[in-house]
Amino acid sequence: MSTEATRPALADLSVGDVIGTRTVEVDRARLVRYAGASGDFNPIHWNDAFAAEVGLPGVIAHGMFTMGAAVALVEDWAGDPGAVVDYQTRFTRPVPVPNPGVATLEVTGTVGAVDADAGTVRVDLTVTCEGARVLGKTQAVVRL
Amino acid sequence: MSVNPAYVGREYPANAPYSVGREKLREFSGAVGASHPVHHDLVAARGAGYPDLVAPPTFAVVVAQRAESQLIEDPEAGIDFSRVVHADERFTHHRPIVAGDELVTVLHVDSIVERAGLAMVTTRCEIAALLPDGGTEPVSTVTSTLAVRGEGA
Repeated sequence: MSTEATRPALADLSVGDVIGTRTVEVDRARLVRYAGASGDFNPIHWNDAFAAEVGLPGVIAHGMFTMGAAVALVEDWAGDPGAVVDYQTRFTRPVPVPNPGVATLEVTGTVGAVDADAGTVRVDLTVTCEGARVLGKTQAVVRL
Repeated sequence: MSVNPAYVGREYPANAPYSVGREKLREFSGAVGASHPVHHDLVAARGAGYPDLVAPPTFAVVVAQRAESQLIEDPEAGIDFSRVVHADERFTHHRPIVAGDELVTVLHVDSIVERAGLAMVTTRCEIAALLPDGGTEPVSTVTSTLAVRGEGA
């Protein structure tokens, strides 16, 4: 298959290898789009007055949006989105999204573990906004 | 009102099937920036060995949240959604979700832990595909923890 040629080989990977980086810009239109696509219409993701009422600094991005956007880096690196067999994160800090303007997420993927017997690699993702980590223990297990 | 600890260990019956559609997968993939062709292009998906378009790794949340609503929208459970923060999420895929899947979900309430005015509610959704012979095939396990602030917090 044509996709096989571009897939990384387990034997070539070592713990600490950087698999890639990605910048994701998030604006209010993006949040509305994610709300519609996901069915998550919690008003903290589109209504400033509601967000302020519940003690937030303003409208914040869906944690699940950030989680979903970050793993696209791993999918593309793996060459097969179906190879991501496990993916987890903690939501450690909200991502306020200004209006107008954008919040900028920086995503870096690093090899955290290689399991030759299982044929899997664990990619650890670092996701920051303005220098602060917004996700914690973000790990994707990829079958290669 | 605080979260009702009696819900720990509860298992709900399988919910109504969720039909995974191609356009929903394209829409969700576009929204999270998942641009790999197997999410969008049927020829590419089949060329990679899949029967149809492939869901991105976090798409299962769309399926899981329908099942989770059985708990969250139950007044007896005591979960005030305006006081909820998403604490963590995990997807374990037994096989990728593909367009055409008919998915049923069994919701489990695995734990409710109260500490320092915060209730941590962990749920697990076991998502399975309906098979033509009437059986089911495990597809994904989605584990989610919500942090619910108490009245005083």
